[in-house]
This record gives sequence, structure tokens and C-alpha cells, in this order.
Amino acid sequence: MIQQISVFLENKKGRLAFITKVLAAAGADIRAMSVADTSDFGILRLIVDKPETAIAALKDEGMAVSLTDVLAIGVEDTPGGLAKATNALWDSGISVEYAYAFISQKDGTAFVILRVDNNEKAVEVLKENNITVIEQGDIRK
Amino acid sequence: MSNFYDEKIETMSRDEMSQLQSERLVSMVERCYNNVPLYKKRFDEMGILPGDIKTIEDLKKLPFTYKTDLRDTYPFGMFAVPKEELIRIHASSGTTGKQTVVGYTAHDIDIWAQSCARALSSIGGTKSDYVHISYGYGLFTGGMGLHYGAEKLGATAIPVSSGNTKRQVQILQDYGSDIICCTPSYAMFIGETIREMGIDPKTLKLRAGVFGAEAWTENMRREIEKILDIKAYDIYGLSEIAGPGVAFECTSQTGMHVNEDWFYPEIINPDTGEVLPDGQYGELVFTCIGKEALPLIRYRTKDISCLSRKPCSCGRTLVKMAKPKGRTDDMLIIRGINVFPSQVEHVLLSLNMDPNYLIVVDRVGTLDTMEVQVEMTPEMVSDTVKNIEALERTIAAALQSTLNISAKVRLVEPKSLPRSEGKAVRVIDNRHI
Repeated sequence: MIQQISVFLENKKGRLAFITKVLAAAGADIRAMSVADTSDFGILRLIVDKPETAIAALKDEGMAVSLTDVLAIGVEDTPGGLAKATNALWDSGISVEYAYAFISQKDGTAFVILRVDNNEKAVEVLKENNITVIEQGDIRK
Repeated sequence: MSNFYDEKIETMSRDEMSQLQSERLVSMVERCYNNVPLYKKRFDEMGILPGDIKTIEDLKKLPFTYKTDLRDTYPFGMFAVPKEELIRIHASSGTTGKQTVVGYTAHDIDIWAQSCARALSSIGGTKSDYVHISYGYGLFTGGMGLHYGAEKLGATAIPVSSGNTKRQVQILQDYGSDIICCTPSYAMFIGETIREMGIDPKTLKLRAGVFGAEAWTENMRREIEKILDIKAYDIYGLSEIAGPGVAFECTSQTGMHVNEDWFYPEIINPDTGEVLPDGQYGELVFTCIGKEALPLIRYRTKDISCLSRKPCSCGRTLVKMAKPKGRTDDMLIIRGINVFPSQVEHVLLSLNMDPNYLIVVDRVGTLDTMEVQVEMTPEMVSDTVKNIEALERTIAAALQSTLNISAKVRLVEPKSLPRSEGKAVRVIDNRHI
């Protein structure tokens, strides 16, 4: 399991530019991100190499942030690669709340972040199906 | 601990107090009639002569004074003494129009200082205390009022004034301030700054605070007491009557004792002007029976409060006024329903949220709309939209049940709402009615 940072942002101009600047200044490398938004606000979800450093820098700027444990998996970068993982979870009764892709630095493997309703059980199921589960240590440089 | 500054007055029997008030009223009315043209005109129009006023019971026969009277006679038209006798001028901020200017004789400054000394004394202040004053100094009465009060008591006044919050914290630490005086919103801000600087408030000597000049709730008192690790007390005043110290809280924290030997309070029905009995809420009205330069008769404060003459555990017999629960002019009328900003604050605190909010009222077509913006805190952040939307619905439902009106809730980023080091901005009304 890895730690995801969630940042509350108002839907105002320049907020993403501001946040990414803060992370750059803190020396935190963004490995994956997604934005969920409504007409008033957005939640920026980030996977970074140094979550503690990034959280401290964002809090210093007075941002409202929180940490969530999410799953990161590596699947074959071919048609059906992700389907294998999501179907294994579905067959075990695990729901996926949201998912987004991860920067791949390894040829032939696609990385995906999954937010599920039962992390421990999901890890078990994925491992039984020979799907690579990435740990926090794997994304540090 | 008795904690009296002037035990004779503060514990005077009701009969003796009425006698004193009657004597002072009679003398005041005479001076108003002879020296203030506006009062002479009003008395004449109503067919009242100063001699008709014999006791404090006759006060209800007299006309009211309004803020507009001070504006219409701007700047000095209501002063009852020649300028040789004035020693000080203060003025209101004038945010809602022309400034209102107030003047003081040496006697007026003295009774005002005594009023503040009584306030500081009643919460345990003594000669050996450092009194840290973070109200603004200047035309605003807050700073100098408490300053002269602290000196009158024999305590040591530290005139820090408002602003430069990190320096405030450094002074609290290095000088070892015992009592702090400022607006409640600035007290919260100082508390937040102390925490941000990584300082444990328990390491400070500070033990009590005297907060006023803006509306605050019991919940906010608890927040301030927690964040600063002190006892928080209320003080009431307005420049037209004197400034802070017109009424003050004692350690029982059950209302504010009015310095009624100088400032006589009444509660009236704001629509009919009828005097209401103790315990009933209405508009608070003051008559400055002890003042020389600006002796206002039945001044309409627009604050909504009630009075109590029940015995107080502190031993004072001075009448108590309840913390004002709103102002007749702060009150928003939204779709015909009365809404006070303090109610919104109460709702947020009851949900364990920080009371950092802004009410935005607008009119779309013929319909009033109310939006309440609430600052997010880290505890409120979730990684899913549905959780944050559920939070918005929780706040909206709580507002609906308290206010009886639906409001749109919009969560905003921390520290994004207007925050001042004086009075907090709580309402923006865009209706232009």
C-alpha cells in the first residue's frame, strides 16, 4: 500500500500552478495525480516520492490536506492487463472507488492506483492472482 | 476573593443606588436642557421641563437619542461643555456612514478609567499584573479605555495595540503578560499564531483575557479558553456611552455587570419604545447619568440584550446585562426570517468546526439567497468528492434546523476568508435593497 495526499482546492484560477510550485520547491517528485472536481471545489490526489516532505510543505502554505492509503499495482501493458486485476477484485466482492494511472518507468508494465473499500483483502486477492502490488519504498528514488 | 475596585458602589443596595441615580439624572437633565440645543428643542416639542424629572422612574418620559442625532450634529453639536473643559476626543470607525465623534472632560476620563478598573479587578486583576492591550489605539476607544483602566487599577499597562501578531506573541512570552485585552476574533488569531509557532500556551504566564468590541458566543469563549489556556471574560461598551467598561463580566461568567451609577440601562421594545421588564429581550438603551461632555439621554444602542437584578455569586449588586445576542441592524432579514451571524457561528462550533465563515446574501429575481462559506480544516478533507459533499449537506442541514431557512454551503480553502486584526467581516449583503 502507498500513501496518497489529498488536497482540497477551490475551483479558482491558478490553484494547480500554486500547488505544483510548492511541491517543486519542497523537492517532491509527483509520480501520479488525478483531480476530482465539482463546480465549486476539487480534490487533487497526489502520489509523490516523499509524502512527509510534501505534506509539511503544503501545510506550511495553509492548505487543507489529508493522507489516505491506496493500492498501487503493476499490470501487463497489453489489452486485458488491467481487466485481470479489476475482475479479480470484483469476483472477491471488492469495490473500486476510483482509479488512475501512474507514470511507468519500466517497459511493458503499466501502473495503476486503486482506491478500494478493503485494502487488506484486495492485496491478498491481487497477490493470489500474481499481480504486482507496489509498496511505498518502491516509489522512492 | 472579593475582587472589588469600589466595594461601596459595586455592592450598594438597590434603594441607595436608585437614590444616587435619581440625583445624577436630575442634574444631568438640567445640564442637557441648558447646554445642548437638540435636547432643548426635543424637550420643548414634548412639553417637558427639566423640573418634571424628579427620580430615575421619570426617565421613561424622556425622548430617545439616536446615532443619527450624533451624525446630524457632527462633529461636536451634542457636547454639553465648552471646549476648555474637554480633554479628549474619540470617534467611531464610521464604516456605515459619517463618523460619530465623542468628547470627554477630565471627570469623564476618570469615570471611564474607573469603569475599566472595576472590570479588570472583577476578574482578579491586581496591581502586580501586566495588562497586555492589543486593542487598537487611536480614535477607537478600545486601546486607551483599557489602558487607563489598567493604570487606574495600579497594574502595568503594555500598550501593544493591534497587529504584528508574531511580536504580540513574543511580548506575551518575554514580558510575561498576565491579562490580555483585545477583540475575541483577534484572541483566536493570536491563539492560532501561538500554535503555528510551535509554542505550548501552558508555558505562558497569561491567565485571563478581557474581550469585547464585537459579538461572540459561549462556544467561542470555550474555543478561546482552550487555544490560549486562559479564562476568557466579556466586556461591553460603545464610544457614544464611554467606550469599553460600560459593563463587565465577573468570574461567575453569567452576564455583565453594568456600571449603572454612571450608565443607566433600560431594555425597550425597539418598535414601540415601551420599557420592558427584567428578563425580557429587547433593545438596550443607556443614559449617561454620570457624564459631563456627552451626556446622552436614552441612547439607542441597537444591541439586543436583557437585564437581571437577581443576586450574583460574586457579591455585586450592579444590574447584569446578557451578552448581546445580535444587533437590530446586524440582523439580516432573509426571505422574511431574522438571521443573526452569531447563529451561524453557533452551528459551526456545535459541529466541532472552526467558526471561520462568511455569509453572502444576494437576491436572484425576487428571491433572497444565502450562501455560507466555511473554511476547510485538515480534519474535514477527504479523498472523495462524496464525503466532502456529505459534509456540506451536514452543515446545510444544521443551519436549516437552527435558522429555519435554507442556505447553500460552500467550503473554501483555509485562511481564504477576509480576516482582520480588528473586527471580523462576517456578512456581505449584495442585495442593495
